[in-house]
Amino acid sequence: MSAVPAAPPRAWAEPRYRSVTRLFSRIVTFCLVELQKLRHDRSELITRAIQPILWLVIFGETFTRIRAIPTGNVPYLDYLAPGVIAQSALFISIFYGIQIIWERDAGILTKLLVTPTPRSALVAGKAFAAGVRTIAQTIVVLVVAALLGVGLTWNPLKLLAVLVVVVLGSAFFSCLSMTIAGLVLRRERLMGIGQAITMPLFFASNALYPVNVMPVWLRAISHCNPLTYEVAALRGLLIGQATTYWLDFVVLVAAAVAGICAAAALLGRLAR
Amino acid sequence: MSDVIEERVETAAPEPEAAVQVTGLTHRFGDHVAVDNLDLTVRKGASFGLLGPNGAGKTTTLRVLNTLYPPQAGSVRIFGLDVRTQAMAVRRMLGYVPQQLSIEGALTGRENVTWFARLFDVPRRERAERVAEVLAIVELTEAADRLAGTYSGGMVRRLELAQALVNRPALLVLDEPTVGLDPVARDSVWARVQDMQRRYGMTVLLTTHYMEEADALCDQVVLMHHGTLRASGTPDELKNALGPDASLEDVFRHYTGESLVSPEKGGLRDVRSTRRTASRMG
Repeated sequence: MSAVPAAPPRAWAEPRYRSVTRLFSRIVTFCLVELQKLRHDRSELITRAIQPILWLVIFGETFTRIRAIPTGNVPYLDYLAPGVIAQSALFISIFYGIQIIWERDAGILTKLLVTPTPRSALVAGKAFAAGVRTIAQTIVVLVVAALLGVGLTWNPLKLLAVLVVVVLGSAFFSCLSMTIAGLVLRRERLMGIGQAITMPLFFASNALYPVNVMPVWLRAISHCNPLTYEVAALRGLLIGQATTYWLDFVVLVAAAVAGICAAAALLGRLAR
Repeated sequence: MSDVIEERVETAAPEPEAAVQVTGLTHRFGDHVAVDNLDLTVRKGASFGLLGPNGAGKTTTLRVLNTLYPPQAGSVRIFGLDVRTQAMAVRRMLGYVPQQLSIEGALTGRENVTWFARLFDVPRRERAERVAEVLAIVELTEAADRLAGTYSGGMVRRLELAQALVNRPALLVLDEPTVGLDPVARDSVWARVQDMQRRYGMTVLLTTHYMEEADALCDQVVLMHHGTLRASGTPDELKNALGPDASLEDVFRHYTGESLVSPEKGGLRDVRSTRRTASRMG
């Protein structure tokens, strides 16, 4: 080991990256870390796959037979599959704030906050890292749906767009979770709130049934729920149901950006 | 207050070329004044020890220095850069090891260090080499590809030193680097810190409430108590001022009227966090 001379101080002081490049670099970094964690412990991929499979196999198959939900010419199982993808992504993301509370309790967050990473870039990195987890989940659900005979698209561009939609949705819901984490600061409270809001978010969306069968008040709520736009885009891409793509994407991008801003603003509370 | 200032062995004079220049720093948490009008100068290349009992304001001071808390009053400059307005530039020059043992146990040692290399924008072509180099310095090359969750407390601390070194910091900030470690692990961490300072010529700023640690590692120390600076100088200067057989522990008692181990306001919180770390790390 030879002695390594310290670089001149001005090398540290010079900003080497513009903020957009740095934001992109941080997102890639946090996504890579998430992939490394998944590689070391794959059990979560399997345990997390159980619930969506049950939704498709039990709920989907049963309601296909009952024909209780009007889905036009589309078999109910086909109608349900995009909803289950969005739901499993929601369930993963809504508890993602637990990780940031754990990192805070373990002292890791303090170290992250004193790296040259703006808080918004740190939150964005974590939001997209949550997306990495949900991508793995989406692929599992797509395979199961295909095995059950759901008529999904196999157009690679559309499937890529599906992943983009899922990642944007997860970015919003994980930021919602990190925002709540910044407010309540404790794991137990976040768990409680997460459980309290997951089902209302799920039921007040078009994941299980079309918006037009809902009572008016619920319909109004579902139009404010980003999950509705996520499911609509997924349904359009996967089973070709009509939707306004630009509106779906605008809502999802705007929700993700708003979520990142809100969570970044509250990150300071977690640093104390 | 005035007699305390007179008793200082060395007063902080403004030095534009100082590694750390703190002037009139005050930091409150609600009604509690954690740091009270603190002046501090750390010269470049020094091993500087911030001594004091739990709750003396050491950690708060470090957290202002490393840009985690914005200064509420007073100014802090790191190598001439203002922590308030040039925080990103300051962070590039810092390596920080917090009091708590904090690594990502679900990643390997190498992945933990690479993570921080990326966050410090270490260029891709140098990254793997730089990570291997710092892992070698802290003697973790063999364990580098094991999950960090399987490391002992001493190994975790050495891994944290590697993380803090990967950006080749000009100032290494260590908050209670050996608290909770057994004597063998403690000696190993001390040896690594001294080795790194010889190697890189960096400035080291550490807090401790172990007098022997200050004696072993620091060429300049200040005593803090209730958020204020009570004395400063080299360990020998401070001891000699009290008499031939005085220890740093005696110096502390002299300036504060208390023993180091007495519980202070805020001390219990530190104890709890240390215990939590200890139980988490097994």
